[in-house]
Amino acid sequence: MTEIAISSTTLPVGSKGRDASGWWGMLALVATEATLFAYLLFSYFYLASHSPPPWPPNGAPSLTLAIPGSLVLIAGSVTMWWGERGIERGRRWQLVAGLLLSLLLGIAFIVLEGIEWAGKPYTLSSSVYSSLYFTITGFHLAHVLVGLLILAVLLLWTGFDYFDENRHSAVSIGVIYWHFVTVVWLAVFFTFYIAPRLG
Amino acid sequence: MKAGRTLLVGLALTLSHDAWAATPMSYLRTFGPAGYPVTRLGWGLGIISVSVVVIVGLLLLGGIFRRRGPRRLSDPNALAVRRDAGGMAWIYIGVGISSLVLIGAMIWTLVVTAVVAHPSSRPALTVQVSASQWWWALRYDTEQPSRTFTSANEIHIPVGQPVRFEVTSTDVIHSFWVPKLGGKIDVIPGQTNVTWLQADQPGVYRGQCAVFCGTEHARMALQVIAQSPADFRAWQESQLADAPRPATPEQQHGTRVFQSHCAACHTIRGSNAGGLVGPDLSHLMSRRTLAAGVLSNTPGNLAGWIVHPQSVKPGSRMPDQTLSGPQLAALMAYLQTLH
Amino acid sequence: MTRTETHRAPVIAQATDASPSSDTLRKNWEGPGGWRGWLSTVDHKEIGKRYLLTAFVFLLIGGLEAAVMRAQLATPDGHLLSAEQYAQLFTMHGVTMIFLYALPVLSGFSNYLWPLLLGSRDMAFPRLNAFSYWVFLFAGIFLYASFVMGKAPDDGWFNYVPYASREFNPGPNIDVYALGMVLLGVSTTVGSINFIVTLFRTRAPGMSINRVPILVWGTLTASVGNLFAVPAVSLAFLMLWMDRQLGTHFFDVSAGGQPLLWQHLFWMFGHPWVYAIVLPAMGIVSDGLPTFCRRPLVGYTAVALATVTTMVLGFGVWAHHMFATGLPVMSLSYFSASSMVIVIPSAVAVFAWIATIWTGRPVFTTAFLYFSSFVLLFVIGGVSGFMTASVPVDLELTHTYFVVAHLHYVLIGINVFPVVGGIYYWFPKITGRMMSERLGKWSFWIMFIGFNVGFFPMHILGLAGMPRRVYTYPSGLGWGSWNMVATLGSYLFAIGIAMFLVNVWISLKRGKAAGRNPWGAPSLEWSTSSPPPVYNFAVIPNVASRYPLWEGYMDDDEDTGGSTIHEGLLLDHGRETIGTTMLDAEPAVILKMPGDTYTPLLLALALTLLFVGLLAQAWWAVGAGVLLTLLATITWLWPQRKLSQIER
Ligand code: HEA
Ligand code: HEA
Ligand code: HEC
Ligand code: CUA
Ligand SMILES: [Cu+2]
Repeated sequence: MTEIAISSTTLPVGSKGRDASGWWGMLALVATEATLFAYLLFSYFYLASHSPPPWPPNGAPSLTLAIPGSLVLIAGSVTMWWGERGIERGRRWQLVAGLLLSLLLGIAFIVLEGIEWAGKPYTLSSSVYSSLYFTITGFHLAHVLVGLLILAVLLLWTGFDYFDENRHSAVSIGVIYWHFVTVVWLAVFFTFYIAPRLG
Repeated sequence: MKAGRTLLVGLALTLSHDAWAATPMSYLRTFGPAGYPVTRLGWGLGIISVSVVVIVGLLLLGGIFRRRGPRRLSDPNALAVRRDAGGMAWIYIGVGISSLVLIGAMIWTLVVTAVVAHPSSRPALTVQVSASQWWWALRYDTEQPSRTFTSANEIHIPVGQPVRFEVTSTDVIHSFWVPKLGGKIDVIPGQTNVTWLQADQPGVYRGQCAVFCGTEHARMALQVIAQSPADFRAWQESQLADAPRPATPEQQHGTRVFQSHCAACHTIRGSNAGGLVGPDLSHLMSRRTLAAGVLSNTPGNLAGWIVHPQSVKPGSRMPDQTLSGPQLAALMAYLQTLH
Repeated sequence: MTRTETHRAPVIAQATDASPSSDTLRKNWEGPGGWRGWLSTVDHKEIGKRYLLTAFVFLLIGGLEAAVMRAQLATPDGHLLSAEQYAQLFTMHGVTMIFLYALPVLSGFSNYLWPLLLGSRDMAFPRLNAFSYWVFLFAGIFLYASFVMGKAPDDGWFNYVPYASREFNPGPNIDVYALGMVLLGVSTTVGSINFIVTLFRTRAPGMSINRVPILVWGTLTASVGNLFAVPAVSLAFLMLWMDRQLGTHFFDVSAGGQPLLWQHLFWMFGHPWVYAIVLPAMGIVSDGLPTFCRRPLVGYTAVALATVTTMVLGFGVWAHHMFATGLPVMSLSYFSASSMVIVIPSAVAVFAWIATIWTGRPVFTTAFLYFSSFVLLFVIGGVSGFMTASVPVDLELTHTYFVVAHLHYVLIGINVFPVVGGIYYWFPKITGRMMSERLGKWSFWIMFIGFNVGFFPMHILGLAGMPRRVYTYPSGLGWGSWNMVATLGSYLFAIGIAMFLVNVWISLKRGKAAGRNPWGAPSLEWSTSSPPPVYNFAVIPNVASRYPLWEGYMDDDEDTGGSTIHEGLLLDHGRETIGTTMLDAEPAVILKMPGDTYTPLLLALALTLLFVGLLAQAWWAVGAGVLLTLLATITWLWPQRKLSQIER
């Protein structure tokens, strides 16, 4: 080997924010997951359009819990965005606070959803509508759970002092998923709660 | 060697035989207006396709043999590479011509689609076809409810008149297809699909279920029998009649056997048998085949079928029947009155 | 503790795999070896070979199933098989070929070749790569476990409901298919993500997006397509499984469910998928033909764009599989027209290949025979698709052997022929030995003749009205002798495949040494030794043209670029490769690559346990599977200093 030169440009080494391959990987994962929800909602509208009226059979579902639920999820996204900004500026406490708040808000969402589920007069196997309702909200709930798990693990890692302003790609990557969970909820919310009220 | 030659000659002979012999399911020639424009289109597209293949094949051969490259690549001189020496014209011209052909084919397709979507005159008759694993129930609807009757597996239609078919399924998806008269329509539970057919020549047109529907999908055939309008009306009258009352003691015995063994599944109009699980047998003897085209309707086949449907058509929804010899004889005597 | 290095000015060096610097690289990249190494490797070359081998095993299994079917169909009223056995055979044949052979074999090529083509040391996610292979293997075994028990899926590969519902199909057959497909979907999805990110991230400096080989375009397009298509089929199968086991009503007619919802979801996936299993294979030809025509591909840009366009349009034609289901005339017309439009990008590719041959100087190697005959077979298969694209004609053609002919011409013509040609082409690279050309040419001609004799008559059978998926047929319909011909032809084809395998076997042992670049080929994989060293490239090459290794060979001596093959970034501080920008491939980051590890295998096992639990309804296994899956995932993702994921 003849060593020719040291390159004149220095390059960042290893995972850093959007330099991390994982960041791209997460975007791709989100793309395919979003498609999954698109197909779920397609199934909803397909079955709705082929069902005899009224649709939904018991009238549009009540908004009493769904609206607070949506607000809680959105708030959870905001707190996470704030937490991520913290670590980008080297403020670890802010990340911890963000993670904790988002975890709490996520749990609050699950509780609200649980109450709503418990109050339904039908079950998964009652009708086409109920199958759709529990399957789609259930899919979303599973994503919330995974999101919470991600936040919990991030919290753990933050506790181990793994992250600082230079290295926190795990946080940036996890946060994408968390935002995705919120955005998907808005689509689900629109489909189940708003669409039936529009026509 | 000799055996090989015999095999080849034999194959060639049977091939030419098959090619010229009757192909009852071929739609290269159709016999009614639901088929004519489609057949023409099919031939048209086929000719285009064959031409495309021939042209591409010739171009390929030309290209391959026009200018041989080096024999082997190990020799460094052979490694010379031609710089990107044009060739884009091929793409422009090839794609250009192809696009024109495609646009033509598309327009032709859309026109034919519209033309065969509906018959040109009002259908004379509506037949409700209800498919089940693995046979076809038929109901002939007319304006007067009293002139409605049911049958199975053999559809009679008048020549020269469009007939409307409304198809539904009681179980899984099937497909209703009489190739010499027109295209398929899938038979889907929970929805009624509509199609129409017309035969311009009297004759028997074979059809077959075309979507995989379980064990006996392979043997779910049907027949369309096109008759002159007069013959058709006569047939219709005979079908409208109730089954004759059993005359002899043996036939009466047969009725009782039927009541105890068969009536839960089969209907014979004019008797107490009103089952809907299997084919209507009111005019069983007027049909040419048994069990959706599997057997020709001879007394021997009929008796064999009744006792052992599971060995004739394994999986069929009709269970084997345990009948004593006299019971079977009586039943046969009765069934053979059902003209 | 010291902080991890955050920035570095990398060393640029001149080196080949014989240079001393390569020893460091070898130490960095070599795994533990032995069975440990076998289970824990994340080397893309190893994984690629496994994909190829496993896919070929499935091809043989699927082919043997077909051989039995052909024996049954050879004469009217055959009675070798019962109806139920035949149903399981054609279903498993289709499932095996479409899901366990056709895509995985291409993943094998792409896994093996991508980093070599792109001038990188591995894929973007080496561990994910290993994981996707294991899941593929386990899903295949999962699907076949039921076959051994005589309870294999039996409703055809597209598995229409309601026949697939519990009411009509109570056994475990369909559950196995449903769960197996969801599991396999995981493998396909993570594999696709890996290809996409690899393309975006790990190309050699200078390999801008308009210089990557067409195979890369093909696999990229297929992968993006998969991301959007696979969820449809995974969802459909999950909904089916829920209908069968949890009492939902998505497809249950009596409760207002819709059988056609299944068909829409299945074909929204299915049509893009059939392109996913041919576009990379077309890429193989687009990259292989130029080598043997001694000139660059005609219309590189047009072919690349055609590849992408085919996939985009491919998402808008699915209902051409549903022409007979009673859709409204308006949508029939739309889907018919879109299916004709999709011919245009294929025409672009076909004429580009013809022009390449016409204006080149063809060298008659075995690989060239496979690649050039592929063009003809593609056109035969393509024009039969063009005929079925016409609604009124398709109402006669659909569900007949004409469609069986179409699908085999496209699948075998555009997948098997390029794949076998691709093996002849890259075998020297993979093994360091040449395959026998003599045996190769014999195997080609036998395959080519056998294939056409075996499958062309199926067009005629279709036109003579023979429906597909019939386990037997009566005589007197004019189908008997053509079926006999088809059977004999397909056996000849099988013999051709067997000869090809024999050739592989013999050449592995006795083939003559290949050297770096036996074909005088243009792309980067041929610049490294055969077989390539674990680290692929002693230095990361710099790419300045589309055909870096041809720069000195162009027959006129204009400026041809100035790629540097043996001079470039050394990157030897552990497992490293270069990350570049998305379009122009300028160096952007030094990527730290993970070492060998068992976590992919463990995660795949945990996931499989979960699915076995679901199938057996053993809820403890499901619970354990979920738990282990989570644990394995967290272990996997645990930030490592070695990967510079954490500071301290
Ligand atoms: C493997 C991949 C593959 C590919 C590439 C294709 C390519 C095409 N397919 Fe095929 N198709 C299948 C795999 C594939 N198909 C399978 C597996 C099935 C059956 C599924 C099942 O039921 O089990 C199927 C079924 C199928 C159907 C449904 C048939 C039915 O069930 O009734 C239709 C209908 O439109 C269709 C159309 C087409 C068209 C228009 C193309 C086009 O992309 C082809 C375009 C190419 C050309 C036409 C050749 C090159 C062009 C030229 C040289 C230009 C000049 C040409 C003209 C002017 C015509 N295909
Ligand atoms: C890549 C895809 C692929 C490939 C390669 C093949 C390969 C073959 N296929 Fe397949 N086929 C499909 C995909 C494929 N098929 C699909 C998707 C369907 C639809 C399924 C459905 O309806 O659900 C189908 C359906 C199908 C049918 C229709 C079944 C029906 O509708 O009833 C038939 C019938 O002849 C058939 C035959 C064959 C044959 C003879 C081969 C041969 O090419 C196989 C040759 C290979 C071997 C035989 C093995 C290797 C050789 C040896 C080990 C040597 C020794 C062996 C002997 C000498 C016998 N196939
Ligand atoms: C449990 C239901 C059942 C019982 C009981 C039953 N059948 Fe059937 N039968 C069927 C069904 C279903 C078919 C259609 C089978 C097919 O073609 O696949 C059929 C078909 C037939 C056919 C052929 C009809 C045609 O037009 O093709 C005859 C004849 C027949 N049954 C006679 C009988 C007689 C006689 C008995 C009593 C001894 C009997 N069946 C008892 C269900 C039943
Ligand atoms: Cu009924 Cu096939
Ligand atoms: Cu398609």
